[in-house]
Amino acid sequence: MWPGFAIPGVVWLCLLFLVPFYAIFAVAMGRIDPILSRPIPEWNPFYWDPTVFGDVIGDVFGGQLGVIALRTIAYVFVASAICVAVGYPVAYFVSRKAGRWRWFWLLLILAPFWINYLMRMMSWVNLLSPDGQVNQLMSLFGVESLPNWLSGHSFVVVLGLVYGYIPFFIIPLFAALDRIDDATLEASRDLGASSAQTFWRVTWPLSRNGVLGGLVIIMLPMFGDYYTPNLLSGSPRTRMLGNIIDQFINQTTSQGAVGAALTIVLMVFVAGLMVYYLLTINRATEEARS
Amino acid sequence: MRNQWGKPRGLVLLTALYVLWSLIPVAIAVRFSFNDGRSRSTWQGFSTRWYVGDPAEASSVLYDPSLRFALNQSLKLAMLTMLVATPIGVALAIGLARWRGRGSKSSNFLMLFPLVTPEIVMGVALFLVFDNLYDFVTFGTMAQFLGHVTFSISFVVIIVRGRLFAIGRDYEEAAMDLGASPSEAMRRVLLPLLTPALIASLAIVFALSIDDFVISQFLVGGADSVTIPVRLYSGARLAPPPSLNALATVLMVITIGAIVVAGLGVKYLGRRFGGGEDSALETVGRLEI
Repeated sequence: MWPGFAIPGVVWLCLLFLVPFYAIFAVAMGRIDPILSRPIPEWNPFYWDPTVFGDVIGDVFGGQLGVIALRTIAYVFVASAICVAVGYPVAYFVSRKAGRWRWFWLLLILAPFWINYLMRMMSWVNLLSPDGQVNQLMSLFGVESLPNWLSGHSFVVVLGLVYGYIPFFIIPLFAALDRIDDATLEASRDLGASSAQTFWRVTWPLSRNGVLGGLVIIMLPMFGDYYTPNLLSGSPRTRMLGNIIDQFINQTTSQGAVGAALTIVLMVFVAGLMVYYLLTINRATEEARS
Repeated sequence: MRNQWGKPRGLVLLTALYVLWSLIPVAIAVRFSFNDGRSRSTWQGFSTRWYVGDPAEASSVLYDPSLRFALNQSLKLAMLTMLVATPIGVALAIGLARWRGRGSKSSNFLMLFPLVTPEIVMGVALFLVFDNLYDFVTFGTMAQFLGHVTFSISFVVIIVRGRLFAIGRDYEEAAMDLGASPSEAMRRVLLPLLTPALIASLAIVFALSIDDFVISQFLVGGADSVTIPVRLYSGARLAPPPSLNALATVLMVITIGAIVVAGLGVKYLGRRFGGGEDSALETVGRLEI
């Protein structure tokens, strides 16, 4: 009887998740129709043609794509580091030190969570546009040559990534910090540790999984992001891997195979993160079940 | 007792600055949706013209066809997705929680996979499969609907399964000891106990769908299947009038409304059907990207 309940969902996910997933490989390893110049997927792995995929890999190691891949990694790592540096103290304060006003602070840090990502990015486009509030403020202070913030500055894109994803880092970390039993920290103090020692030897190790979980949650979508650099810069100088995929899939119809091959490259990038996240959720449910 | 080891002034300051930085840009965007002029940076007085004004110029959310269609499309997709993904997900959660035989482990992994797959990968995958294999699926509402349900199912499973584990099997077994058939036990005991998780699932799926950008954009068909986030994306860099801010504000109000309704529903029904308040919203808080 129980498998019967699972059947509709399992069939749905097979047809609309597994098969599409396989289609990425079938298209990447397929051929190109010589007349219509659109990709012909090859569903049988025995006939896979690695030409397009090989070209893409070659370009990643030593070509233009390599530069973009390195830039993607750099953006994601710098943005993630800033998220930890800013997000950890915020989550720590709200979960452990906010006292009576805890619910209020919690509400404030949860708010961006439910405001659409594109709306939050649009707000920054607004502020940073040539006649926007940031430049208005700068001219108030007498700055003569007002910069165009939205024309290909790496730091604007990285700050945009931080702004976009930091709430998703703070919330799981908050949950992890919140689970630490006060008694553990009191025990540490009673045994003579200073508050700094208590933090570094008790709180920090106990929250490390929260930091890792939060990092995985923000790094996965950041690696595939294309809308943030497009909105906040739009210049080839700040293109990430996601932008190239978006370009080959959404903006041209004939380059599907290249887009699919690039998607596989992206998946190789994030495979470790995906596995870690998968095992974490699986372990959490196994614990809840028993 | 929390704050017994000295006042963390630095932490308060940092948190306050973070909150201001995270909310002020949005607050400014909302403010300028009420501007009585075309500028999004110079305040010219309060007005609701970008929401409901100017039928002749078609410049408000209500009268500009491209904005109103986006609102319609977003609402339509979110409703459809909510009504289809929730039952499938609830059934899958019950099945996976109880089923121990061959295939249960791999079905469980299959369910978790969409949660950890970056959206762009899922977008590319669905685009390619609809383009090359499922030719009967047209891009636009139909493709977007299939995509939204696909990424929503796993969230429903996670929410409902948490509640299932908390309930345990005792109530059902008690009902069957008292003479109920398995299907009666399910209908009259288990499903009422699941109501809070059901409400939470409906609202979360609604919010996930209406907030989605990547899948909607990859599977867009034409001007008539542009959703609000896709419209915000395509309009943001083109020096748009404040009506775009108004559209974004409407989306924000709808999303927050759905979450508030879910929170109240979970709180009220959790009490009424026993078992305390559910951690469903927290669960999703930890998972949502």
